[in-house]
Amino acid sequence: MMSNAIVFPESTLAVVLVFLLLATLAPAGLALINAGLGRSRSAAQSLLGSLCVVAVSAVAFALIGASLAGTAGGTSFTFHVAGKSWDWLGAAPFFIRGLAASPSHTQLCVLYQFLAVALAALIPWGSGADRLRLAAGCAVAALGAAFVFPVLAHWVWVAGWLAQLGVNFSLGAGFLDPAGASLVHMTGGLSALALVWIAGPRKGKFPQGGFATAMPGHNAVYILFGSMLAFAGLTAFNAAGALLWLHAPLAALPITAINTLLSASGAVLATLAVTRIRFGKPDASLCANGWLAGLVASSGCAALVSPPQALAVGVVAGIFTPLLVEFLELAVAIDDPSGAITVHGASGLWGSLAAGFFSAQSGQLVAQLIGIATLLGLVLPLLYLLFRIVNRIVPLRVDVDGERIGMDLHELGGGAYPEFVIHRDDSYR
Amino acid sequence: MKYAGLLVMPAGFFLSIAALVLFPASSAAARAAFVVCGLAVEALGLVVAARGQLEAQGKNRP
Repeated sequence: MMSNAIVFPESTLAVVLVFLLLATLAPAGLALINAGLGRSRSAAQSLLGSLCVVAVSAVAFALIGASLAGTAGGTSFTFHVAGKSWDWLGAAPFFIRGLAASPSHTQLCVLYQFLAVALAALIPWGSGADRLRLAAGCAVAALGAAFVFPVLAHWVWVAGWLAQLGVNFSLGAGFLDPAGASLVHMTGGLSALALVWIAGPRKGKFPQGGFATAMPGHNAVYILFGSMLAFAGLTAFNAAGALLWLHAPLAALPITAINTLLSASGAVLATLAVTRIRFGKPDASLCANGWLAGLVASSGCAALVSPPQALAVGVVAGIFTPLLVEFLELAVAIDDPSGAITVHGASGLWGSLAAGFFSAQSGQLVAQLIGIATLLGLVLPLLYLLFRIVNRIVPLRVDVDGERIGMDLHELGGGAYPEFVIHRDDSYR
Repeated sequence: MKYAGLLVMPAGFFLSIAALVLFPASSAAARAAFVVCGLAVEALGLVVAARGQLEAQGKNRP
């Protein structure tokens, strides 16, 4: 076991707390986007599910996850290979016992992780829209928050072996992920991929011998307003992350916020141009996806790059987002209503890579590549295995009848829009 | 096929980690090449898994 202590000035702690309170807008925005991108007959289940997923992930993280994640200055498990120390698991008390007596910076680090785990848990919930059962969504969130996310959080944020790549192997400053581009978004995107593979597409999405059926989101206003909320929330995440995990000075925050805005702006404009060229007119939901992709990419590098570099990061994310969404749907037959695999998974990967690509430090790019290799190579197969087991115990997918009448009526007994007529789906005739 | 692809992916991860242990900091280029090879193996596993999923899904289409 080992421990290390970090001390923050009081002024920084106050600023971090304010940012973390603002960061709660990110899950709110994501929940709204997920609801808008689903069908109208599943809107209430989607939003209630978002609340439940956040609640379950918070409880699971408090019960078990926070212990495995550990705390800065707390104890942890290590082993030794090739003469180096590999810190692989936190060893804090279960059910966050003793946290109230911990220093303020430790409490803020744990609070950041609570918000991050809620955000990560919401990502696959959006991909399973219109067919994922509420109980299954909660089970997946509990598993992720209790075991998967905390171990990764320890590796990346709490002086784990990935964070120590710089000290142990002279790879820059070690794996850097100041606001969860890989830890939150890429993990969420990979969870979404594993979940969608197991749950399968919505009925009628890929008919035999035909093209993929377009199933557009039911409310563009929710999607676009959710994107604006997500901007506020993820900017706060970036700022708080820069202070907590990079130990950046307060003077670095304006540039971090500007970089976040530039990345999102570059991304949405690039997506707008791509969809205008591809389809003749800009696509609202894809543009929202592009905006989010820019924000996600910025969470890996906003605190580390210059404004022109942040703009370039956003433009690249904005170009590949609509193309990859289309490729996954048409070529790989993946039914991902929220586009989370691209928006969070691929953009998170790109943001983490960009942090190394634009770094002046020797070995930083290799450190970032090792972090990405860890998430991709270890986490995706692990998540797939875990979700397979969950699917045996709590079936992920609703039955055919439930999918036909909609998740609202099937699971909640009432719709989100009781005074509106919901048109029937031709694919069930 | 899907499971084969998913099993190949951790192999890529261990290849990347092996680069840290096998190569000293002085041979940065060899270490980076090894890590990139590990990522390439993971990408290969992902493609195989996706193709396996596509085949399985095609058989179950309505």
